[in-house]
Amino acid sequence: MSLETLRPSPALKEFLPIEYKDLVEHGPYGKNKKVSDMGQFKEVLEEHPMCAGCAMTLFIRLMFIGLPCPEHTVMVGTAGCGRLAISQASVPFIYGNYGDTNAVASGLKRGLELRFPNQPKDVVVACGDGGLVDIGFQGLMHSWFRHEKFTTIMLDNEVYGNTGGQESGMTNQGKVLKMAPRGKKDEKMDVIGLAKVAKLDYIARVVPTNPARVARTVRRAVLVAREFGSTYVQAYTSCNIEYSIPTPDVMKDAFEVENERYGFEEIISDRAKAYLQEIEKKDKKAKK
Amino acid sequence: MSNLTAQAEGKPKDWVPKGDLQKVVTPEQMFFELPREKLFITGSEAAREAIRRANVDVAISYPITPQSETMQQAGYLYDDGYIKEYYRGEEEIGVMSAMSGASRAGVRCLTATAGPGLMRGLEAISSWPGARVPLVLLDMCRVINTPLAIQPDNIEMSFLLNTGLLVLHAENQQDFYDYPLAAFMVSEEVDVTLPAVVSTDGFFVTHARGPVEIPSEEYKLPPRDGWRSAVPAMDNENPPARLSRDAPIQKSNFISYHMHASWQQEVFAAVERSAKYFRKYLNGLVEVINPGAEDFIIASGSAVSQAREAVRQEGENGRTVGLVKVKCLRPFPKAEIIEAVKDAKRILIPEFNQAGWMQKEVCSVLYGRSKAIISDGPRVFGGMTMPTEMILEWLEEARKRTP
Repeated sequence: MSLETLRPSPALKEFLPIEYKDLVEHGPYGKNKKVSDMGQFKEVLEEHPMCAGCAMTLFIRLMFIGLPCPEHTVMVGTAGCGRLAISQASVPFIYGNYGDTNAVASGLKRGLELRFPNQPKDVVVACGDGGLVDIGFQGLMHSWFRHEKFTTIMLDNEVYGNTGGQESGMTNQGKVLKMAPRGKKDEKMDVIGLAKVAKLDYIARVVPTNPARVARTVRRAVLVAREFGSTYVQAYTSCNIEYSIPTPDVMKDAFEVENERYGFEEIISDRAKAYLQEIEKKDKKAKK
Repeated sequence: MSNLTAQAEGKPKDWVPKGDLQKVVTPEQMFFELPREKLFITGSEAAREAIRRANVDVAISYPITPQSETMQQAGYLYDDGYIKEYYRGEEEIGVMSAMSGASRAGVRCLTATAGPGLMRGLEAISSWPGARVPLVLLDMCRVINTPLAIQPDNIEMSFLLNTGLLVLHAENQQDFYDYPLAAFMVSEEVDVTLPAVVSTDGFFVTHARGPVEIPSEEYKLPPRDGWRSAVPAMDNENPPARLSRDAPIQKSNFISYHMHASWQQEVFAAVERSAKYFRKYLNGLVEVINPGAEDFIIASGSAVSQAREAVRQEGENGRTVGLVKVKCLRPFPKAEIIEAVKDAKRILIPEFNQAGWMQKEVCSVLYGRSKAIISDGPRVFGGMTMPTEMILEWLEEARKRTP
């Protein structure tokens, strides 16, 4: 919802929540904000209870800036660290049972398309690696094979952070964590590979080392999902607590992991490429 | 379904969804006033005719015996344009979760399942009431425990009773036409805003023919109004508050305890508030035959039909036996049952399950309020039928014990 669709009479405007007025007048409601302007506009995410130095929080903050239309977006999450921040943002957040995100989002998106045929409503799943590819694997894969028109963002901290540091399918081989007392036996799951098999129109792997790139990646993923079908963003969002990364070294770790094994990658279908080029051309023109 | 989607799926350009040609009538007109035609159809076909008139937006299917036929039929209704959106989900957790997503979007949604499928989806199903998602689930009961069987047995219903769901139990094909329509209307009332389950006994009702009186297919119920609800739809059409409707209150502190407790109290209060609507649309939460009798049978579902025959045969022999048909299990018609059996000396509770959940329900209601001896049965399960003779033998036994 934005002042584009809801125009309160001037006499009543003062009774709208100040939060809402700020988001319209000084925030991203109705107009996209640039990452380079962070600190100078009202953000969708402000207060949060995440750990000091948490890279996931940085990613989530950038993710919200990347949303092309936050005033018409609904977030879907599940148990895990991420939802502690996402649920406090000024975008509706669905918090279901563990691992149900992509099934819930499938029903939600189809319902919203029926109810708002003339107003795109973006649905974005953002949740952890365990919620998506361990308990949520079946729902994730089927939503992709059905090409449901929403974006899935994996906050990959390579561990069950919220329950106290257990190994997940996305943990690297050999890593000693709770429930992997002798080190994880199997390899990290190749979810990017699975996304390719499902023929998604937009797939990206990203580390929050380049803030503008994170926002652009999310924006592309959401725009392509709106038009064509499922899209996937996999983000390395380290858990400095369970991986014992000293708080001042969180970004150092992010750069190292990015260089070693988590390099930025975008896999875009031809039709999505053409579509994005057109939109981004228009954006550039508008800026000029 | 948008016309573009329909075209992409093979419909001609000038295709008009048949649902668009139906005329919207009020629930009162649909349930009580429109002339009805008598058909001789199966329970699954009766469900199909209900769905055709229910103005369903989204239907999500998954096969399981003995339910599959109903959601296949829903597929054909989608193809004809009576349902706007339809797909086969991945399995029941996925289906029941997607139902909660669709209902949160503010549209009318339907699914159906049976026995093990209900059990598989139960985590999602039991989270529906707290999420305040109006929707209808049709439940065709069958065996859930080992040794696995597809036969009728309604033990699964006991798992639904303490979740905050609205639960109806259809006796026959006619009920399986009437109850789903009533369930949609009641679940979407603002002071209810809860999911509803309509259970029926698999095969006995779903696969057998019976007389069903229905109005013309030219009519449908009013659509769901996504704005009319106890909680806002998840459509981002309200000024945001930084406290989500789906509050994450897992963290243990006194605020989370209070939030959870008050939220659950409100859910169960909403279940009770639904009674006034069900009384209106179902002509009462119970049907009572031979009030004032000393011998009474209390039953729901197929057991009612068997009990009716027992009552008739006893009548032929000059003995009056009363019958309470319980239509609605949640809200449970406590006052109606206490009043109906106030003169009873003996009560039988025939059931199609091993656990005797109805007997436990009735005992908890009548404790201290009735002097009747309540028999612990008769019960059949695992697919067995309940011969009328069985009920008559139990009656005779009960009379011997308390002359």
